[in-house]
Amino acid sequence: MERKHTISVLVENEFGVLARVAGLFSSKGYNIDSLSVSETTDPTLSRMTIVTHGSDQIVEQIIKQLNKLVNVITVEDLTRERHITREMCLIKVKPGAKAEVLKIAERLGARALENNAHAVVVEVTGDEEDLHKALEALKPHGIMEVVRTGMIAIQRGEHVLVGG
Amino acid sequence: MSTSPTKIQSNEILTKPAPVKMTGAQIFLKTLEDLGVDTIFGYPGGVLLYVYDEIFKQDKIKHILVRHEQGATHMADGYARVTGRPGVCLATSGPGATNTVTGLATAMMDSVPMVCFTGQVPVPLIGNDAFQEADIVGITRPCTKHNYLVKDVNDLERIIHQAFYIASTGRPGPVLVDIPKDVTLATAEYKGIRKVDMRGYKPQVLPASGNMEKAVELIFESERPVLYMGGGIVASGASELVKRFAEKLNLPVGITLMGLGGFPGSHELSMGMIGMHGGYWANMAMNNADLLVALGPRFDDRVTGDLKKFAVRAKKIHLDIDASSIGKNVAVDVALVGDAKQALEKLLAIVERDPERARKYRESIRAWHGQIKKWREEHPIYYPQDMKGELRPQYVIQKIYDVTAGECIVTTDVGQHQMWTAQIFPFNKARKWCTSGGLGTMGYGLPAALGAQMACPDETVFCISGDGSIQMNIQELATAVQYKLPVKTAIINNFYLGMVRQWQEYFYGHRYSESDLTAGMPDFVKLAEAYGAVGLKCSKPRDVEPVLREALKVKKPVLIDFQVAKEENVLPMVPAGKALDDMLLA
Repeated sequence: MERKHTISVLVENEFGVLARVAGLFSSKGYNIDSLSVSETTDPTLSRMTIVTHGSDQIVEQIIKQLNKLVNVITVEDLTRERHITREMCLIKVKPGAKAEVLKIAERLGARALENNAHAVVVEVTGDEEDLHKALEALKPHGIMEVVRTGMIAIQRGEHVLVGG
Repeated sequence: MSTSPTKIQSNEILTKPAPVKMTGAQIFLKTLEDLGVDTIFGYPGGVLLYVYDEIFKQDKIKHILVRHEQGATHMADGYARVTGRPGVCLATSGPGATNTVTGLATAMMDSVPMVCFTGQVPVPLIGNDAFQEADIVGITRPCTKHNYLVKDVNDLERIIHQAFYIASTGRPGPVLVDIPKDVTLATAEYKGIRKVDMRGYKPQVLPASGNMEKAVELIFESERPVLYMGGGIVASGASELVKRFAEKLNLPVGITLMGLGGFPGSHELSMGMIGMHGGYWANMAMNNADLLVALGPRFDDRVTGDLKKFAVRAKKIHLDIDASSIGKNVAVDVALVGDAKQALEKLLAIVERDPERARKYRESIRAWHGQIKKWREEHPIYYPQDMKGELRPQYVIQKIYDVTAGECIVTTDVGQHQMWTAQIFPFNKARKWCTSGGLGTMGYGLPAALGAQMACPDETVFCISGDGSIQMNIQELATAVQYKLPVKTAIINNFYLGMVRQWQEYFYGHRYSESDLTAGMPDFVKLAEAYGAVGLKCSKPRDVEPVLREALKVKKPVLIDFQVAKEENVLPMVPAGKALDDMLLA
């Protein structure tokens, strides 16, 4: 059965690592739904959150292959654990229905970052469902452009992802 | 620099030697020397001139000048397969570097330890489309175990140590180190590194002990077991342990192409090669087994055939150093992730805890051995040679075994001659067999033979090749002549790309599309002589042995053109995508 998996990867913060991880997915024909990456509090380490989908067997292979990369330190599939996911999205809407758009933004807990005669830019942060709702609500008012950061995820409770 | 005597401040300074500054080129050679490297296979070029100048000034490391960088990689590969130590090659930037790709991919597929150094344009020029620039780190990312671009001379020594460590531990493989020209001239302190510690790279060596207990239990419960042995056994040096393990439990052994020699081919428990061109009895045993004890193979499609019909009645135990190899193609019942040598020591200890149970088990599978023997008698690998008729390729290979008494290293290229060699030549020792299994690289055999001969100067080295394959890297005959490497190349010449022709005969209605090489076939005897080697020709069965004996007498590289029956086929054969027990027979 195919399903979505959210995988956290701790890697050495070196040039070429992102290409190695992305190359692994493309060379094996796996899909990446989203990938976000940034330095951690330890500047020698970066953390990636990869959202992918596939059968359990494929995802098991993905995790094994990631573990095989020399620059990869820790890999964890958060899907089976209790975890929090967040993504940020910037949505540019036509200025026509400004009042209505601002009302929707307020209801969704979103912020307006620009608000003038040219466009309204709304910032939405939340899980996949929250973003979906926001996009659906704003769609009738003329979405001009959408930018999404890709998912980040963290496990709930005391467990943390640590480097070897 | 001041020449006045320095005032000594403390005892510590007295005992610590002054830091030695060296150029990148000097660090490169000194580090290789520290790592015990004795031979580099390489080809110079503009960005490597500082390195080659240092090579000129020293005599500790021998440099072998190849005639094509692909040759250098296969030589390093042959050197590595027969010694177990990483082979080392060196190529210049741009086209020199891209020429190493096939050799790296070959080593990657067959898990051969190799370190390939490439020169790169100076750091400030990288990414500017400079003359002879190629993004070799990008190009070789998918065909190396790991690779590096050294941008700072201060990292060079550490990176070389890491490269050798990665290449030779865990599942071995090729590592590429790209060194820009300005890094070879810049200076840094030589540290004399002795230890490598990497956060992200810690190969697992021993499988979970519970799983090993479970594996032995599964064996004792089985009635029709097969030990399915792959190249991992050779790589980890576990051949002797596998033999003890198989004998202790009386297990019939099916060997993959990469595993040949890992278990003695002449042993009574050996079923020889399995898979697409494996023996009928061996494939029947694999597909009728109730247990596969897979030690160091990767369930390659050339062994399994149709996965849906592969050993469906068998439970599977899979031992492999590479966790991603387990469960990749075939679901397994017991996974053992770890080094074969260390795992087999534990498995043997578990078996030996109860000698009586082992004795009873050996007895209990007698009927199974009887069945395998019956299959063997029904369809042996059979190739009668009519001494007045056409020369049959299998006969040539049999005679190479006879005249050397099997005491030689054999390399092959890829095609029919490779499969006949694998079927007929009973490899009894590990590390005597070099062949491109995973990638199937034509042009591998001759350079690999030169690398093996460099590593083992006292051994006889035979390259068994085809008329198509040999022409892919025949320029390395020049290298053989220059370094007086007395490699014997036996060309099984049927004037065809034989394996392509065989498939076209069986599966493409005898339409031999572009597989006939007759029109451009060179005179191999003259070709050998042009290079300064010895050329011999043979097309009669009676001449095979005398020609081989003559070749062995000469202390020079010899090329023998064996002109054989043109349309001989490799049989048995499992057609691609068919079940393992669905074979075309002789």
